Parts: sequence; C-alpha cells; structure tokens
Amino acid sequence: MPTYSASEIAPLDGDRETALIAGDGGLQFISKLRFSITGIGAGLAWLAFGLSCLRWPDIGDWPRTEAVAYTAFAIAGGIAIATTAQAALGKFGDGVQRRAPWLFALGAFLTLWELATAKFGWLPLPFFPPPQSIVEVYTDDLPKLLDSAFASVKLQLGGYFIGAAVGFLTGVSIGWSRLAGYWVHPILRFIGPLPATAWLPIAFFTFPSAWSASTFLIALATGFPVTVLTWSGVASVSTAYYDVARTLGAKPSFLVTKVAIPAALPHVFVGLFMGLGASFAVLVVAEMIGVKAGLGFYLQWAQGWASYNNMYAALIVMSLLCSGAITLLFKVRDRLLVWQKGVVKW
Amino acid sequence: MVALAKPFQPAATGASLDIKSVSHAFDIDGSVLPVLDDVSISVAPGEFVALLGPSGCGKSTLLRLVAGLEPPRAGTLEEEGVAITGPYPSRVVVFQDPTLFPWRTVWDNVALGLEAQGVLKTQRHRVDAAIDLVGLGAFKKAYPHQLSGGMAQRVALARALVNDPRILVLDEPLGKLDSLTRITMQAELVSLWQRNGFTALLVTHDVEEALFLANRVIVFSDRPARITADITVDRPYPRHRGDPHLAELRRQILGLLGLDATW
Repeated sequence: MPTYSASEIAPLDGDRETALIAGDGGLQFISKLRFSITGIGAGLAWLAFGLSCLRWPDIGDWPRTEAVAYTAFAIAGGIAIATTAQAALGKFGDGVQRRAPWLFALGAFLTLWELATAKFGWLPLPFFPPPQSIVEVYTDDLPKLLDSAFASVKLQLGGYFIGAAVGFLTGVSIGWSRLAGYWVHPILRFIGPLPATAWLPIAFFTFPSAWSASTFLIALATGFPVTVLTWSGVASVSTAYYDVARTLGAKPSFLVTKVAIPAALPHVFVGLFMGLGASFAVLVVAEMIGVKAGLGFYLQWAQGWASYNNMYAALIVMSLLCSGAITLLFKVRDRLLVWQKGVVKW
Repeated sequence: MVALAKPFQPAATGASLDIKSVSHAFDIDGSVLPVLDDVSISVAPGEFVALLGPSGCGKSTLLRLVAGLEPPRAGTLEEEGVAITGPYPSRVVVFQDPTLFPWRTVWDNVALGLEAQGVLKTQRHRVDAAIDLVGLGAFKKAYPHQLSGGMAQRVALARALVNDPRILVLDEPLGKLDSLTRITMQAELVSLWQRNGFTALLVTHDVEEALFLANRVIVFSDRPARITADITVDRPYPRHRGDPHLAELRRQILGLLGLDATW
C-alpha cells in the first residue's frame, strides 16, 4: 500500500474543492442563463403578437386591434423587465420566470391565431374570431357579461349548497340507520341515476319560477353523488373505531359526529367534486333552456345573433368560474383533511 | 423505560373481575361455532392476569365480553360484583392495532375518552399527563401517520390510561411490534401497572411475555376455549428474562400447549 504524506494530499483536496465550487457556480450560471433565454423568448413572442396586429391590415372591422397590440407590447415589456431584474422583483420575478415557457407558448399561440384569423383568414370567419374581437366583448359588453356571470354564480351556489347539504344528511342517515336505509335506498336507486336534465320539462312546468326549478335541478344533480359517497363513506368506517370509542364511553351521537362523519369525510369530498361537475352541466343546460339570465343564456343569445366572439368570451368566463369553484373546493378539502397523506394537489 | 416526567395520580385502583361460567358462540352462515366453553376466572383487584392459548381459540372474544362490547350467550361477567352489561370507561381496551383515529392529532386521540364522557373541558391536564407518561410529550401535535408502530401503540396506551381504568384489557397490544420495541414496552407496561394499580387482563401468544408481566397465567385449550391450567407466577418485579424459575414455567406451559417438542 503506498503511503502519502499529509502535504502531498492536502493541495490535491484543496484543488478538488475549488473545482467543485467552480463547477457549481457554472451550473448555477447556466441554469440562470437558460431561465433568461426562456424569459427573453417569452417577451419576444408577445412582441411578435403585438407586431402581427399592426403589421398587416385587418380583413374585417375590429376597433380593438391597436389597443390589443399595445397591451401585447406592454406585456412583452413587463416580461423583459421581470427577466432582467428578476432578483430585484423577488417573488414576482421568480413567478414570471417559472411561467416563462407558458408565457412563450401563449404569445406564440396568440400570434398564430391573429395571423390565421384577422390577417390572412386561414380560418373561416365568423366561427373563428380574432383575439381583438373577443377583447372587444370584454370592453364593450362587460356589464351584460358580468350580470350573466353573477346570475350563474348565484343560481349555482344556491342549488349546490342545498344539494350538498341534503345529500350529506341523507348519506349519513342511510349509512347509519337501517330504517332510513330501508326507505331511502329504493328511492335513491330509482331517481338517482336519472340525469337531472331529464327533469327539465317537468320542473319548468311545475315550479313557480324558472329560477326555483333550476335550483331544484342543480340540487338534484349535486345531491345524488354526495349522498351515495357519504353513505359509502359512513358504511365503510372500520368497526374497530366504533369499538374503541364505545369502550371509552362514547354515546351514539358521539359515534356519528366524531367517528362516522370524520372517517367518511374523504369519501364525502369525492362526492362533492362529482356533484360539482354534474351541477355545472345542469346549470348551463337550464340557463340555455329556461332561465332568462346567466352565462348559458348569454351563450344561447349570442348564438342567436351568430356573434361567435361573444360566445368565446362567455366560454372563457365560464371556464374561469368552474375552475375557480373546483380550486375553492380543493382548498376547503386540504383544510379539513390535513391529516390525510398523499393527496392530489390541484 | 419511559421517563416519568409528571407524577400520575390514579383516581381509582384496580377492580375485581369475576367471569362466571361464560360460554359464547358465533353464528356463521347458519351454523353455530362455539368459541368459549364454560370459562370461569376470578381476578383479584390489582392482579395482572395473562391469557395464553392457541391462535383463534377465543381469548380475544373473552376480552370483548369483559369490555362489554358483546353480551355472552351464557354465564355472567361482573366488575366489583356488578354485572357488566355494556362498555364503560372503567374497563378500557388496548387492541392489537393501535386504531388511532387518523384525523385526530396525538393529543386529540388521547383526549377521546374524556371528550366522549363530556369532561374534557375541566380535565385537559390529564391528557397532557397521560401523553407525558408514555414519553410522547414532543408529539402532541403529530398525526398518527407520522408515528412509528411503537409510538402509535404508546398513544393507544395513553388513550386508555387517561381514563384511569380500574381494569385495563390488553388484547395482544405488543403483538405487531418489532422485538426490540416489544421488550422495551413490556417493561413500560409493568411499571405503569405497578404505578397505577389497575387490574390487568392480557391476551398474548407469547409465553415469555406472559411470564415476564403477569401474576397469573391462564392457559386455554383449542376452540372452543376451555381453561386447561391456571399458573401462579410468584416472582418479584422487575423480573429477569433469564430467571431459571421462569424458564421452567415456560417449559411447562409450552408442554400444555403441545409444543414441548421444540423445547
């Protein structure tokens, strides 16, 4: 075995360390540079979008083309500033850098869209309106759109909360009580699988107002999955939990509220998510057919006038609202089910 | 052994337990499966009794009857001369699985009994004392999925002890722990029992564990369980696993269980 003196080894180690540090720094520098390149790319994409708006004349009559172009320039400038002054901007700068690839994709998509519609008409009008005509809806028809969105939210919230509450209580009762199960289960089997929209004609006829009819239908669509999943959640609670609680002196009311319900909560949330999805569908159909307000009604109305830009604008709002509702429900779930491990983050 | 941070003052000492000619059976698909056959055991206050027997012989069923989770088909069970008709927090069970409520923190799990009995508001200090007693003071806010098997079983023990049980019913509480944790917790159980003075009824498969812990070892036959031997273990605590007297008893019990060939 060869022997080395300490003086022989020491400088070697020292060298390695410096090399490592330099390597690290180099890596960091490269990764920074890569971020900056994507950031610059994103800025350029938005610049291209703005230029594409101004470079060629519109093939139709859209008053917002210039405004859109300048907004695109502003966004491009913002991205450029955030990229170069990332460190100074702190969290905001980091956020922009993280989203730089998406910002780039969005800018590129808008440029292509602009060219394909407003400039060269590769896509048939009016079915594919250019970005500026959708922006025009938001600037010129905002009050009506907001009213519609507000009406939709109101209808949806009322129906959803009623359906979720009734479904939860029904689910707990049939999961807990044999008698409740005996009477409710057949009704549930008979009515539950029926799509809530099938009730539309009857509901609009029998209820005093289109609004109450739609609330009922949304509640129905929400209630069924919530009931079934709450029920299955309560039914699947391990009897060992009840044994433990009973030996510790728990009364039946304690077993329901402090054992059955918390144990069933993960299932309940699956039901709430399913109910939310189902109720969106009912909401839109109800608004298209009977209710004279809301985004579904707006869509229907826009179709009547063949104003496709209004429809796209309404669809975007609708998507934001639905996604927002799901996000909110996820937040509530994460709050209540912190004790669960390995859950999906939305 | 667990560091005993705060003195734990038991409110009650052990109760006597009388199991009088108890028989029990299960209905399985229309046929009757007898599990307990005329079992009579009289446990003195503060005694530590271990029940040994082959797997599936009905020992755990006997514990469920003692806990009051089920009524027996025949015979009676009495705590301090009063018939057992249902679960009561003076008789608390520690199961083989910790069965902690996963949605509750360690503190809230231990508080379960006091909360169920409606006395938690005034007795919160008892929860802290019980958690300290099992040495988990630093884990009060942890959720069960963050605990190891031994820690979870300690929480289950604290959840039982916080009620100051007069009879502690232990259904193989150490059965699923690794052997090192098991040995530690056996010593902890002895010291908790000596300190609190409760009557303990332990079901186990482990002859050595029974002999290390109990005053009395009751050996059961195959299902339907019948008592085949009632052995007094007259050795002082703390006991030593190498004690030749215990080794002799072990040989004798394994013989009763039909396993003497392996000794």
